[in-house]
Amino acid sequence: MTSVAVPAGRSVLRRRPAGAGALTSVSGAGLGVAVLWFSLLVLLPLSAVVLRAAEGGWGPAWQTITNGQTLAAVRLTVGMALVVTAVNVVMGTLIAWVLVRDRFVGQRLLEVLIDIPFALPTIVAGLVLLSLYGSDSPIGPDVANNRWSVFLAYLFVTLPFVVRTVQPVLAELDREVEEAAASLGASRLTVFRRIVLPSLTPAIAAGAALSFARGVSEYGSLVLLSGNLPYKTEVTSVRILSSIENDNLAGAAAVATLLLLISFTVIVILDLLQRRMVRRG
Amino acid sequence: MKLRSARLGLAVLALAVGAAACGGGDDDGDTGGSGGDVTLSIVGFAVPEAANKAIAEAWNQTDEGRGVRFKTSYGASGDQSRAVVNGLDADYVHFSVTSDVTRLVDEGLVDESWDDGPTKGVVSSSIVVFAVRPGNPKGIEDWDDLIQPGIEIVTPNPASSGAARWNALAAYGQAIHRGATEEEATEYLEAFFANVVALPGSGRDATTAFLNGTGDVLMAYENEAILAHQNGEEFDYIIPEVTMLIENPGAVLKDAHPKAQEWLDFVLSPAGQREFAKKGFRPVIDGVDVGEVEGANDPANPFPEVSGYLLTVEKDFESWAALSAKFFDENDGIVTKVIAASGKAS
Repeated sequence: MTSVAVPAGRSVLRRRPAGAGALTSVSGAGLGVAVLWFSLLVLLPLSAVVLRAAEGGWGPAWQTITNGQTLAAVRLTVGMALVVTAVNVVMGTLIAWVLVRDRFVGQRLLEVLIDIPFALPTIVAGLVLLSLYGSDSPIGPDVANNRWSVFLAYLFVTLPFVVRTVQPVLAELDREVEEAAASLGASRLTVFRRIVLPSLTPAIAAGAALSFARGVSEYGSLVLLSGNLPYKTEVTSVRILSSIENDNLAGAAAVATLLLLISFTVIVILDLLQRRMVRRG
Repeated sequence: MKLRSARLGLAVLALAVGAAACGGGDDDGDTGGSGGDVTLSIVGFAVPEAANKAIAEAWNQTDEGRGVRFKTSYGASGDQSRAVVNGLDADYVHFSVTSDVTRLVDEGLVDESWDDGPTKGVVSSSIVVFAVRPGNPKGIEDWDDLIQPGIEIVTPNPASSGAARWNALAAYGQAIHRGATEEEATEYLEAFFANVVALPGSGRDATTAFLNGTGDVLMAYENEAILAHQNGEEFDYIIPEVTMLIENPGAVLKDAHPKAQEWLDFVLSPAGQREFAKKGFRPVIDGVDVGEVEGANDPANPFPEVSGYLLTVEKDFESWAALSAKFFDENDGIVTKVIAASGKAS
């Protein structure tokens, strides 16, 4: 395990060779603490997952990953997380806009309520969703045990991310620039597209990345609602748990590694997209 | 230059701490009882928590158990077993399936002779029952009723919940008992899982989903049904003619405090088993005066004999290890394949 962290330390040194950046001793110590913190909490556990996957050789890990049921679960999880992230980009920005730019009764209350999905233990959220949108739904829709349940649960737990990343940026935007654009004859749509959106893009992208990552890893809020039906509503975290229950830790780690790679790729793509959009704007 | 070495130093420190954290993972805590009085650590699956607590209180009234205190940890059976392997302090374990104890035997934590006693290591037992809506509107009485078109079944997922495996075994075993060949029994399983509308992760999740309106029938354990009745939940439960005996193992760890064995003896005594019975478990020994059990269909006769045949692991499935491989192997298990096929079919 020691060998794992070496590249981490080295890559930090390589990226900022001494002399190039004028680090004071205080910021040097800060960097050290940050690297230590990051290593203990993120790099070591992640490396352990990958190592565990590789432990039994690639054969069994590959067998677990290529299992049809697992692939179906990965497809559902990633696909649904992408759809939900797209919805969040639109709805989250809209909600942030309403919270920042409009004044209405109950605004402060709404502002607080947005964070509820963060605060609520996910299993409680699942219970609430089940009693509201399950078979005994008092308001009509029954999404229990079909794919809408996964969509709904993901939407619920990822709602705050885009709202909370966009909101402060929007609040800091200089409205005079928008007014100037408007006075020069730009339509409202043009102002939004050319002035507001470019400033918000990094925040939206950050929120989208968080939202996607959170969705992919979700378990608690949907186990009661989704029914875990293979090829239909079974998500990847349930497959991972199944492997663990069968003492196939290497298999569980292999699926987790696959999920990590996919999440990493999506987050990188989001970052690239965001950079391109900012440059264009 | 000086700065570079400072940063290098910090990076090395990060490594050292990381390595130390890795190495020191599995020895935490003393075994308790260092100062005069004794504390026993119980690690178990979630269901018998209330019963174990009642037994502990009863034991504290006796000479052997006076002054003994308990540290308890309850959760999903497999998770708890893996936690003990990974260093969770335990004197006595109580799991839902045998494989969770044999995992500890394989790790050298529990002696191989743990199941030599008169109850073969079993400390609590129950049977598989059908929980249905009040008044049984769909008229579900037996296994054949479950595979009728339109019947919606909820059962915990045998893949992710070791405890849920009893249900699948019961479904398969009853078919075999009634003369089906292995192929026909597998066909019964296919019809059964085709009617399954939800496979929640654990027995508790399944009960919650059922009580919130999912499905017509829940595959449940008699003790869970009785306990839920005691907690005021509304549903009926039906004991099918042929069903499966659920046997939960308990064991004392090798390095446990000597009092732990006395505790296990008390758990297996009529007094201990009576406390289990009050919470809905069937006694594992004869001659226990269970009295009235609130929440049972007939409190005066809470544990009626199964009218047809009671399947057991030993008589009908050889051993837990054998049936695990045959039915629940991750790739080739009969139940694993049937469940996967049921998802593909529709």
